Parts: sequence; structure tokens; C-alpha cells
Amino acid sequence: MSAAEPLTGGFAAPAPDAARAFRAILEAMAQPGRIVRLAGAAAPAPAGPALAAALLTLADGTTPVHLAGDHDTPALRAWLRFHTGAPLMPRAGAAFAVGSWAALLPLSDYAAGTAEYPDRSATLIVALDRLEPAGARLTGPGIAAEARLSLPETAAFRANAARFPLGVDFLFVCGDRLAALPRSIRVEAA
Amino acid sequence: MTGYTFAYLDEQTKRMIRRALLKAVAIPGYQVPFSSREMPMPYGWGTGGVQVTAACLTPEDRLKVIDQGADDTTNAVSIRSFFRKVAGVATTEATAEATIIQTRHRIPETPLAEGQILVFQVPIPEPLRFLEPRETETRKMHALADYGLMHVRLYEDIARHGAITRAYAYPVQVEGRYVMDPSPIPKFDNPKLHRSPALMLFGAGREQRIYALPPYTEVRSLDFEDYPFEPTKAGHACALCGDDASYLDEVIVDDAGGRMFVCSDTDHCRSRRAAGRRGTMAAPFEDAAA
Repeated sequence: MSAAEPLTGGFAAPAPDAARAFRAILEAMAQPGRIVRLAGAAAPAPAGPALAAALLTLADGTTPVHLAGDHDTPALRAWLRFHTGAPLMPRAGAAFAVGSWAALLPLSDYAAGTAEYPDRSATLIVALDRLEPAGARLTGPGIAAEARLSLPETAAFRANAARFPLGVDFLFVCGDRLAALPRSIRVEAA
Repeated sequence: MTGYTFAYLDEQTKRMIRRALLKAVAIPGYQVPFSSREMPMPYGWGTGGVQVTAACLTPEDRLKVIDQGADDTTNAVSIRSFFRKVAGVATTEATAEATIIQTRHRIPETPLAEGQILVFQVPIPEPLRFLEPRETETRKMHALADYGLMHVRLYEDIARHGAITRAYAYPVQVEGRYVMDPSPIPKFDNPKLHRSPALMLFGAGREQRIYALPPYTEVRSLDFEDYPFEPTKAGHACALCGDDASYLDEVIVDDAGGRMFVCSDTDHCRSRRAAGRRGTMAAPFEDAAA
């Protein structure tokens, strides 16, 4: 890691770039299964452009972030600290958790909200090798009839949806692409 | 505009609102608390809606703002010029051309499309507030989905008046779970909430709550099997454009009890008149002069 690396990779124009990234994330969250593109940010490997843009848009000093598995590198830690000021935390206290699907499991480690405040729950940003509108069948709010998304499995997402209104929400990233799966969505195997 | 960050709010505030919006979308109908900021307008003038709009705007957006359906009233004009100034975004009065529509108390007559965002200004977000004043208790009632009190309230209307008399802010249930206040839209507009292709966001500034309806969400107006929900409107046609299906405002025109009914949605009414539709009191030479 060069000394300058953590200092680079931010948005060129932070306000409008973050606004565009947020609208893409909002579109993905409001229409689960929809795949959007996020650009304008770069973080050290293994983080891709969509993950970097999502972190710059959503994380700051008030949101503890957990880096899981091979995403917990000194370079990514330094980049995150410099650009967002987010404190790094273990799973239970994290507002955002970042990693591969295998590294993030089990979901029971993360805050799922309380009956009175289900919003006090973690958002998991899952780095996938493949993100396509094919595979598991999604139905629920945000989806006209049904949507398809290449989820890494279905059992964990079904268990998460069964706890509604408690649960965690997911952003899936792959390169510069992002899709979302809120807890409200019913998931069935393809 | 120099001296402001894009869309007025600082980046830290926008991130906080954006995180609340994502949780609101993930839990349709649930009221997410957020740290509402003081805005350069008084409470009751749409400070919640303005903060939601500011957090959602991009430089490419085309914004429409309506107040009771009208593009040309004080609240709508001032919010539209506010965002033209602090975000530099394009504005429009045409519903179909807008990417974001901020509204006070109406849903446009023109059907909304996928990709559009409708931002509601909300005075009292808690539908149970006038039945139970304590926030700790209404929280618990939502947690337990204990909405019996609301049904009793509607039943008492029927017992006393023979019908559910609530004409606006008519409570809805979202996806069979959360009971939600749709903001003070007339109940005529409630059916437009159900499976709307547009994303609907609700911001209450003074009460510090944000909630949302994703597109295609099941939204049912509360009712009883023997007293089904009925959207109502004045039994007239618009005096300017002749539409008998749009929501109407009653306007007093003299001191002798004279009155006229006109479309509350000014864009809808104007486009009908532009297409040659005429009501009973339409000015004959209006469009030639315009």
C-alpha cells in the first residue's frame, strides 16, 4: 500500500455524486431485484466501485461499520477511516457490515431492530462474484409481479423475511453493479 | 448558487436522512425517527417534505411542487423556487414530466409512472395520535399491531352518523401490517396509493418521522365488510374543464351564495382545457390569449 492510497478514490464532486449514488441505491431498495450501476468512487481491493460508492454515500462517523473476512484489510480500513470517519466495530454493534456472503454469516450476529424500533437494524453489504436478474424468485412490496436475483442461497433470506418487521436488509454489490433485498421481500428458490 | 452545498442540506444531514429513507422503504408503513433540521420556513409549510426532497434530488431531476393540487399557490411556488435556487434543478408543472413531485395534501390526477417519486408533506404522521397521545403507547400498539382502537373509532362514526365520516387523512393498512396516516389527502386519493408504480415518501419535519410506500405495495383503506370504504368527491363537474371524475375545490364567487367547483389539480385542469374541453363557466377566449 502506498502512503497516498487511502487518500484517493473519493467522489470528485461529493454532493452531486453522492446524490446520484443514493438515488441508484434508493431505486434498488424500492424495487428489489433491480440492478443499478454506481460509479465515481474507488476503494482498495477487494472492494469494487459499487461498494466504494455505497460506503461513501451511506457511512459516516455516526455509523459503525464491520469489515468481515478478506474485506478486513489494513488498506480498506485506512480508506474507510479517511473518507467516512466510520468507527470499525464487531458485528453486533455495526450499522453496516461488509464482506463476502460466507464471511458475513450467520445473520443472527447482527442487530435486527426491536419490536418498537425495527429500523435500528444492520444493513449488510454483500460482495458477490455474480449478480444477475436470474435465480431466486422475489415477491413483495416494490415488485409488480415477481423479480429474479442471483442470491447466494435462499434459506437465510427466508428466515430473515419471516421475522418481519424485524430483520436486516441487504445490498449486493458486484463490480460497479448493486441490487438490494429488504426484509419485506419473500424469497423462494428458483 | 454559491454559498450552499447542493440541495441546501449539509452532507452529514443528507446521509442521515438517506439512511432513514432506506429503512423506511425496507419496512413499508413504519415511521422511522430522524433528526429533523430547522429549515428556512416554518413548521407546517412542508419542512419534512423539503428535507426528504433535498436528500433525494440529483442535478438531473425535474421537480414539481403542488399544494392542494395547485402549482400556483404560495407554498408550492416558494418551495419550487427554493430548490431552483439551492439545487439548480429544472422545475415543471406537468405531472408526467416530473421525476420528483413534492405534494401537500393531494395525489395528482394524472396516473404516476414507474421511476417517479412522490414526496408528501406530513403534519401528524401518527394515525393513532388522537386516540392515544403517548408516543410510548402508540409505539407499543404498532409493535403489537394492536389497531383495535382505530376500528372502534371508525365504528363509533357509523354508530353516531351512519357512515365513516373521516374525509381526509383516512387511515390505511400497508401490506396487512402497519396502519399508516396517508397525510391529509382527501380519501378520494386513497385508492391511488394501492399498488402505485411510483415510490411514495412521507416526511414529517416537526414530528421528525419518515415513512414510505415502495412501488406496487398493497395499501388498504380501513373499513368494515358491511361498511366498505368509499372514495368521495363533490357531485359536480369542473366548471372550467368539465371533468366529472377529478377531485374538486368549492370556490365562493359572490356574496349571494354563488359558487363554482373547479379541479383541485391545476395541471390536470389546464391540460384538459388546452385539449379543448370546456366546463359551464369556462372563459371563451382564455386559451387564445394565453
